[in-house]
Formats: sequence, structure tokens, C-alpha cells
Amino acid sequence: MAVKFQRPHALCDVRLHYCAGCTHGIIHRLVAEVIDEMGIEGDTVGVCPVGCSVFAYNYFNCDMIEAPHGRAPAVATGVKRARPDLNVFTYQGDGDLAAIGTAETVHAATRGENIVVIFVNNGTYGMTGGQMAPTTLPGQVTTTSPYGRDPRTAGYPIHVCEMLSTLDGTALAVRTAVDTVPHIRETKKMIRKAFENQQKGNGFSIVEVLSTCPSNWGLTPKESIKRLQEECIPYYPLGIYKDVEIAQANADKLAMGGAAK
Amino acid sequence: MEKVLMKGNEALAEAAIRAGCKCFFGYPITPQTELSEYLSKQMPKRGGVFLQAESEVAAINMVLGAGGTGTRVMTSSSSPGISLKSEGISYIAGSDVPCLIVNVERGGPGLGSIQPSQQDYWQATKGLGHGDFRLIILAPNSVQEVVNLVVRAFELGEKYRMPVMLLSDGLLGQMMEPVEFPEIKAETADNSSWAACGTKMQREHHIVNSLYIEAKDLEEQVKARYERYAVVEANESDAECYLCDDAEIVITAFGACSRIAKSAVNKARAEGIKAGLFRPITLWPFPKQQLLDATKNAKAVLSVEMNMGQMVDDVKLALDCKIPVSFFGRTGGVIPSPNEVLEELRKLNGGAQ
Ligand SMILES: Cc1ncc(C[n+]2csc(CCOP(=O)(O)OP(=O)(O)O)c2C)c(N)n1
Ligand code: SF4
Ligand SMILES: [Mg+2]
Repeated sequence: MAVKFQRPHALCDVRLHYCAGCTHGIIHRLVAEVIDEMGIEGDTVGVCPVGCSVFAYNYFNCDMIEAPHGRAPAVATGVKRARPDLNVFTYQGDGDLAAIGTAETVHAATRGENIVVIFVNNGTYGMTGGQMAPTTLPGQVTTTSPYGRDPRTAGYPIHVCEMLSTLDGTALAVRTAVDTVPHIRETKKMIRKAFENQQKGNGFSIVEVLSTCPSNWGLTPKESIKRLQEECIPYYPLGIYKDVEIAQANADKLAMGGAAK
Repeated sequence: MEKVLMKGNEALAEAAIRAGCKCFFGYPITPQTELSEYLSKQMPKRGGVFLQAESEVAAINMVLGAGGTGTRVMTSSSSPGISLKSEGISYIAGSDVPCLIVNVERGGPGLGSIQPSQQDYWQATKGLGHGDFRLIILAPNSVQEVVNLVVRAFELGEKYRMPVMLLSDGLLGQMMEPVEFPEIKAETADNSSWAACGTKMQREHHIVNSLYIEAKDLEEQVKARYERYAVVEANESDAECYLCDDAEIVITAFGACSRIAKSAVNKARAEGIKAGLFRPITLWPFPKQQLLDATKNAKAVLSVEMNMGQMVDDVKLALDCKIPVSFFGRTGGVIPSPNEVLEELRKLNGGAQ
């Protein structure tokens, strides 16, 4: 009988520790499928963050390095500079990437570091029990914003893709979500594009995936998806914020006298 | 072999390239500047990588990444920058990744001064980051020895799978001395059992990691590391003795400061004071047995340092209160003079003259 569906080879045959309904698992699978489809598992090194996905080193079948909290883009830079022949990706949460690791993120992007960053934005510090994250929405109640995040004292959320799209070194900055099948498909397409960018030497590619944290949001998996759609996506619009290839294609068309898309 | 006149920092950089260092990641700071400037010029021409990071924090994590692939890698900084690197150093030690870290020490605490100092002895030998771990700490006292120890640093790090620190200071870094580069052939250790450099679909994946969520697993891991440390202690401690055989007063001093101490010993000998110098070359492992041997006939030991008294603790521990140990030092970037040290020797010899 023909096999229709199976675990990607790039995903280890182990039980993931994620909570029920957590979308980290979907995103792992998408990354692994892309690695399988591109046939790059043997030449890929992944870098894990500190956060709920810290054990991703046990889940991806390629070689893995575990970085200190927030430093994954610097670790990935070291890997890529030492071994440009390897495909390198980081997998990071919002606390990791947009708070403690802000400098490493921004500078890897502005250097045009030829790496892929998978950014899982669930608006909270999942691993440490649901504290306020840099991406926590205004008014959102967390364990360290018990009265709701008040931007006057706690500041405003960071729009990572918008910010990084201003940097010349960024090749791709895109925000997707994993709430529906079409969005999941789109996310996979973008992850593939990011890895292809690396192979073409285009520079820094970040795929921000809006994700859920049912446990710390205090919602069921189904309610979490609903919240993602009703609260998170409107605040963090999905879409491509920067794509050097589209920009280049448009510039080429203009140069030839055609109309830009 | 031809000798060339070189600054300590530049000689260190040149030796690193010759020793096969492939990647350098750093962030500018005085007084290690010449080292990174030299590498920025030379690395791209000689098949290596030079990258100026956004901070010392980033630089040391780039070292973790490059070293994690099994590539020969180094970083350099000075005291305040080493404090920032300590997070990464702890992770590197906990992940058993070899690399070379250079500290061209300056005055502290805080922003301190940019003058030479040895105020980071404690940090280097006991407190380079959180957790149970060690680094091999090498302390050269001449430009030539800087060159020789760089090669050894890479070899030791790879042999024992641990980070190694070369502890220099502003004096050694800036000082120009004739130096020769021997035909360098640094040994490389086999890293095929652990490095994260792509499975090629031919083996299980490698994980470079310092996290062990079960306490017992972590304890096992740390204990295994300490067994390796015990081998390092047994085999790699190193020191130089100068006129110690009949010495009644033995000075202990390391790095650039030992040169000043040596001058003082010579002056003391000319006055008939039986002085000698014991110079640890490895600060960790501290050469305990060598010190015991060197102080066989000593009635007093004087630790001379460019700080408020740090190595003196290890000297006392090694001697186990068998001989009285005193301390003389200048700090903040002030360099002690041979005459100041001589004066201390005279006092110990039975009163100032
Ligand atoms: C230096 C340091 N500071 C703090 C922590 C504690 N810590 C562990 S995970 C985490 C937050 C992770 O949140 P995020 O990156 O959003 O990932 P998530 O768990 O939500 O996927 C924090 C603060 C740490 N491990 N190291
Ligand atoms: S705490 Fe949140 S982010 Fe972490 S595994 Fe559970 S649901 Fe997922
Ligand atoms: Mg999070």
C-alpha cells in the first residue's frame, strides 16, 4: 500500500513535550517537511533557543546546537561563518528573539547573515509560566501584567517583521499564522522560501509565525485559535513585509519599461 | 630562524593564524585593540574569518557556534568585555566546546582604567561564569611565550574538549620584543564524535548542548567533566623556577609582573639576599607540587601581583600554612617597580636597610 502520510524524516521519532493544542508542534513539522523536501537534512545545523522549544534539539534529526537565551542568531552566525556550506536555522520564541536577544536579532539581520530564523510568536513567556513578553498585546493579562499590559508603564509590543524589514540586510521578513489549513500551507511555503534564500545567498530570512499558548493564555486549544484570529492577527497583520526577490523583480520590470506589481 | 620585532598583541594574532585558527569574533576594547586589527587585516587574506560582532555577548556566542562545528576559533577582549562573555563561556564549558579566549587585562572594577593589571586572576581561575567548570588558564610573561602558548592553548583545548584562556595584560600586549615563529604544526584532535557539522545522513545527529533537565544526568555530566579536569591537573600544570633551589625567600608572580619580580630577585641576590622566583605558567591548573618543590628551603614566600592580592590565596592553599606567605601589589593599572619589590624582600630578610 502506498504511504500517504508519515512523520518527516527530519523529525525524530520521539514524543514532543508540548502542551495539548500548542502550535509549536505544527511549526516543527513544517520545518521538518521543508528540510525533507529540499533533501538538506544531512547538511543542516539547527540552533535552539531557551523557551518552550529548548528541546527542539531532541526533535530535529539534523545536528543541533543549544544557544543561551536570546543568542541563537549569534550562534547561528558562528556556524554559518565557519561552515558556509551548511544550512543554518534558528528556532526562537518572542521572549528569546525580541527581548533578551534583540541585539543579536537586529545585528544578524543588518549584517545580512545568511541564515533562516523561525520566530514563534505566542505573545508570552511560555516556558517560565506566562509572564509578559515583548509581544504581549496591550491590555493582555499575564502573570506579570496582572492588570493587563499598560503601555504607559510596560511599553508597547514590538512588531518584529516591520522593524527588521527596514534593514538592508534582511532578505525576507514575513508574518504568517498556523490557525487554518491555508495559513499552515502558506507558512510552509515561506519557510521553504527562507531556506531557498539561504541557498541562493540572499541574506537574512525571518518567518514570524503567530502561535498559541493555550496553557498560559488560560484557554482551550479551540478558544486559543479563536483568540489568535480575533485578537492577535488584527494586531500583527499577516503578510510579506520584505522580500528582496519581489523587490528585484519589480525593479527589473521597471527597468524594462513594464509595470511593477 | 629570523627574529622579528613585534607587539605582544600582534604576535599573538600572528601565532593564532599560524596555529590554524580559522575564525575570530570580537568587539573592540583597549588594550587588546592591535590583536583584532591585525586579524581583520590578515584573516581574509589567509583563508580565515574575521567578524566584528555587535557586542562581546554576541562574539562569544559566535565562538560557541563556530567551535560547535569543530572549527578552530578564538575571541579576544579585555576585562570589562570578559565579564560580558562570561555567560557564553559558561555555556561553552557546559557544552564541551574547545576554543581560545584571550583576556588582555586592564584595571577594574567597572570601567576601571586602560592600564595593565592582573585584577582578573580570580575571575579567570575561579569565576568565569555560573556553574561548576574550569578553563585552562595560561599566563605568558614575554612576547615569545605568548606565541608559544597560543599554539599550546589550541592543542590543550581540543585535547580535553574545553575552553582555554590566555591571560595577557596591557603590558605584554603593548610591549615590543623580538620574537620568532617556529615552524608551527598544532596538533588537531578528532572531533567527529561530537561536532555539529552536518550528519551527511550517515550517523545519528550530534547535539551540542549544556542542558540536562534531570538533576542526576547533570551531576553525571559534571562529574565526567571533573574527571577530565583531574587529568589536566595531573598532566598539564606548568611553572618556571628561577634561583629557587637555595632560596630562603621565594617570590610568586605571574605574567608581566614576574619580569619585575625577577629584576628584584637579581638585585636582592647582589645584596646577598637568597631570593628566588616561582612563576606559574598555568594558573589553572595551579602548579601546586612545583611550588612545594620550589619552596623546600624557603622561610618566607612573597606573592607579588598587579592587584590587591588574588593569586596569593592559591599560594597559601598550595603551601597549606607551612611557610608564612605575604603579599605585595599595586593595583588600578599601576605597575610595581623592582625597587619596591626589593624593599619588600629586604623587610622579609630581616628589616629594611
Ligand atoms: C539568561 C536567562 N534569563 C532568563 C531565563 C528564563 N527563561 C527561560 S525561557 C524564558 C522565556 C521564553 O519565552 P519565549 O522566548 O517567548 O518562548 P516560549 O516559551 O513562549 O516558546 C525565560 C525568561 C533563562 N533561561 N536565561
Ligand atoms: S506553555 Fe505554551 S508555548 Fe509552551 S508548550 Fe505549553 S502551550 Fe506551548
Ligand atoms: Mg513566547
